[in-house]
Amino acid sequence: MNPVNYLYLAALLFTIGATGVLIRRNAIVVFMCVELMLNACNLAFVTFSRMHGNLDGQIIAFFTMVVAAAEVVVGLAIIVSLFRTRHSASVDDASLMKL
Amino acid sequence: MSTQLAAYSTSTGEAVQFWILGSVAVIGALCTVLMRRAVHSALCLAGTMIVLAVFYLANGAYFLGVVQIVVYTGAIMMLFLFVVMLVGVTAADSLKETIRGQRWLALLCGLGFGVLLLGGIAHASLTQFNGTGQANAGGNVEGLATLIFTKYVFAFELTGALLITAAIGAMVLTHRERTERAKTQRELAAERVREGKHVPPLPAPGVYARHNAVDIAGLLPDGTPAELSVSRTLRERGQIRDVSAQALGDLKALEQRAEERLERTENTPATFKRTEDAAQ
Amino acid sequence: MENLIALLIAAPLLGAVVLLLGGRRLDAVGHWVGTLLSTASFVVGLVLFAGLLGKDAEHRTWTQHLWSWIPVGDFQADVTLRLDQLSMTFVLLITGVGSLIHLYSIGYMEHDERRRRFFGYLNLFLAAMLLLVLADNYLLLYVGWEGVGLASYLLIGFWQHKPSAATAAKKAFLVNRVGDVGLSIAIMLMFTTFGTFAFGPVLEHAGDASEGRLTAIGLMLLLAACGKSAQVPLQSWLGDAMEGPTPVSALIHAATMVTAGVYLIVRSAAIFNGAPDAQLVVTVVGGVTLLFGAIVGCAKDDIKKALAGSTMSQIGYMVLAAGLGPIGYVFAIMHLVTHGFFKAGLFLGAGSVMHGMNDEVDMRKYGGLRKYMPITFVTFGLGYLAIIGFPGLSGFFSKDKIIEAAFAKGGAEGWILGGVALLGAAITAFYMTRVMLMTFFGEPRWKNQPTKSPEAPSAEPAAEHQGAHGEPHPHESPRTMTIPMIVLAVGSVAGGAFFDVGDRFLHWLEPVTGHSEGHSPLSALTVTGATMVCLVLGVGLAWAQYGRKPVPAHAPRGSVLTRAARRDLYQDDFNHVVLVRGGEHLTRSLVYVDHTLVDGVVNGSAAGFGGLSGRLRRVQNGFARSYAVSMFGGAALLVAATLLMRAV
Repeated sequence: MNPVNYLYLAALLFTIGATGVLIRRNAIVVFMCVELMLNACNLAFVTFSRMHGNLDGQIIAFFTMVVAAAEVVVGLAIIVSLFRTRHSASVDDASLMKL
Repeated sequence: MSTQLAAYSTSTGEAVQFWILGSVAVIGALCTVLMRRAVHSALCLAGTMIVLAVFYLANGAYFLGVVQIVVYTGAIMMLFLFVVMLVGVTAADSLKETIRGQRWLALLCGLGFGVLLLGGIAHASLTQFNGTGQANAGGNVEGLATLIFTKYVFAFELTGALLITAAIGAMVLTHRERTERAKTQRELAAERVREGKHVPPLPAPGVYARHNAVDIAGLLPDGTPAELSVSRTLRERGQIRDVSAQALGDLKALEQRAEERLERTENTPATFKRTEDAAQ
Repeated sequence: MENLIALLIAAPLLGAVVLLLGGRRLDAVGHWVGTLLSTASFVVGLVLFAGLLGKDAEHRTWTQHLWSWIPVGDFQADVTLRLDQLSMTFVLLITGVGSLIHLYSIGYMEHDERRRRFFGYLNLFLAAMLLLVLADNYLLLYVGWEGVGLASYLLIGFWQHKPSAATAAKKAFLVNRVGDVGLSIAIMLMFTTFGTFAFGPVLEHAGDASEGRLTAIGLMLLLAACGKSAQVPLQSWLGDAMEGPTPVSALIHAATMVTAGVYLIVRSAAIFNGAPDAQLVVTVVGGVTLLFGAIVGCAKDDIKKALAGSTMSQIGYMVLAAGLGPIGYVFAIMHLVTHGFFKAGLFLGAGSVMHGMNDEVDMRKYGGLRKYMPITFVTFGLGYLAIIGFPGLSGFFSKDKIIEAAFAKGGAEGWILGGVALLGAAITAFYMTRVMLMTFFGEPRWKNQPTKSPEAPSAEPAAEHQGAHGEPHPHESPRTMTIPMIVLAVGSVAGGAFFDVGDRFLHWLEPVTGHSEGHSPLSALTVTGATMVCLVLGVGLAWAQYGRKPVPAHAPRGSVLTRAARRDLYQDDFNHVVLVRGGEHLTRSLVYVDHTLVDGVVNGSAAGFGGLSGRLRRVQNGFARSYAVSMFGGAALLVAATLLMRAV
């Protein structure tokens, strides 16, 4: 089997995640889809690492995980405070930026 | 799977593993997107992540595979579940689209993007690979550590700063400063009397012994549910279970049974003559 | 010796600075300071004059370089003063007459509480005028030119509490600006043509430039001269300028500043010599103004305005002479000098009359004053004889020369110009006789009628001589006023003869202006005879109209020409219709174009973009997911573009 298949899988997962971001209204689910996209990227990086025969890809994936952790912390805090004030987790409710 | 094998070729075992687990991962991803309840989405995502962890291991990234399971699936997804519970576990999203054309546009973009991405990977026609055997020769964790603390040391320090900032940011965002003294029980009671609303305690939830859960509204004498009897949080989440229809049905059936027991027939009032009529 | 030249300007400038910045503590001595510094300048002028006389005719040009003013690459403007015969003549005239008028003003402005300021302005004027005639380049001349314009504005509007004075000052300033534009354009043309605007190089190389260039420069210089010297078509301000105090009228608007135009033309002789067309225009302007001023002078009942018309007319003579080229330059300057004497004398006499008549200016309310103010009568009479060209007096020599030179121009041109000059002489005799008769002869018409009371008694001279709204009590003026009149009368009588005998003035000025004898079709004697005939005709006509029968106290309706002349030959109406209305129409149409076309384009495009944005903003529905779709679509397009580029 060619490891490129891992890349195909990553692309597929990334696309599914992106479409999910666009379709879902619940902020938490949207956030999970973002995580899915990040994971797809990580898979691609790890595969690249294997194909190139060095560990730099894994390092990048590691940093992605760290940044994703930070992002999740802040993002979930935002969702919680939003829910606290608006009693809703729908991203469509925050649609004030229009005329 | 041995390190040497992962380095230069892929075994049939890995191929079988890929096709089976890859399908699981895609199904998990699709379920994440399509499940109506957030808690189900989170569980599906966790499944996908575990599959990905296995793939990391298969690709020779042993450290990342473990981290993926411990940190991502174990910590981050649990954080998600906590928030889902805070926001409301059972609240199911309506999947009905409200923005005109949004779903079609999203699908079109996703399809186009996916096709382009897959086409791009296919176009690159990568047939050879090096494998991580050489790189992992001194141990995967040791290799990563060498890189992190030499080549990527500044980025690593920066991510440390980023994590601290994120932690403080989360605290700032969720922390609410109390600007006034909390009211005592006595003050609350006095306030309630002054307002003149709900001077007695609020009604208790639950009806009869069978339905005494906190999410079931007590019934008023006319059989309608009393919303005040349910906690405000549940009320706001819309998680009140209404049993009034069932209760009314039960009541009716009970009455009927009682009547049957007492052998009461639903007879029309007998026509009887009054004495004075009889006298005529 | 050269180093004294700057002192000429420095003295009055110092006076102006001290008097204008000195404040009220100088009120008591201010007039004496001003007069002293003006006289000092005159003395320096005399010293320099003596020095010049001691040199050969060829070495009578002194320059004094003070400092580099604007040194920018090729553009070199230096503050350099130049004293030659022409400048010297002007310096003596300006400082001499100026000092006399300073002296006169001490008496005339005695009761004006702003007398110190008045002397400050007079000194400022002297400094600017001296700078004008002493400048060694056109740019410095321009500074002086604007300086006298400023001083003129300040002095015409000196009694600014009178709306008419304020308006007249504004009018003079604005009309002068038109001429100044001409001067500035002329200077720019000179710079582009010659690369410099110093007198020496410009005049030396004037012959090298094309005639078209010279004509353009000449016409622009003429425009400047018209503005400053009140020549047609920029003549309208001079009559109104008589709103200023009479010494101002005498000094600035008769003797010195208004002759700056003549100075400019004579100074630029080399340019005009190369541009015959420009010269022709100069003579035409001079001839037209000569008749224009004379006709206006005939109809005015205001003594100062009659004299103003006369000034315009006499400057017309000078411009006419200057336009004749080398045959006329010297006579233009000679007439300028003699005119400076007798016209200043006449104005001072008029001021003296007004001084004694409670500032009444209407000649119809004068009459028979010769018994009451004998010194004024005699000096005014001598000035009168000088201006009409009575044989032996100064006007006779200078004006006669101009008429001769006009005929000497030759051809039809010469006959026309000569005829105009002769006609002008006749009209001059008429209106001056009229002024003389109405003022000093006949029955007194001022008895038994109250004169107008001054609007602000403290600001007007001789206020205490007026019985409250009673009839005036004519009296002779104080000695500070009569002495200058006597000196000027002496000059009026003797000046012409002194200059003309032995062609003294001609030889003095010839090295600067050049001179050539024309070939007159008429002999000098014939011209003199014709002039005499015109003189007698004019005087006789005036006697018939104003001497034999009493002058009506109220002006009769008069003929069409009289009525037109009373309104200054409709000059203001012309300006109003052509310039004011024209300007208004132009502005209105420009505003219309601005509103419809320019604003239309701007507003239209703005509205177009507004409409477009109104449609585009519907895309901005506020839903983050919508934005995310466009972002994702954009990312897809980027991937597509990348792949496409790689494929290609």
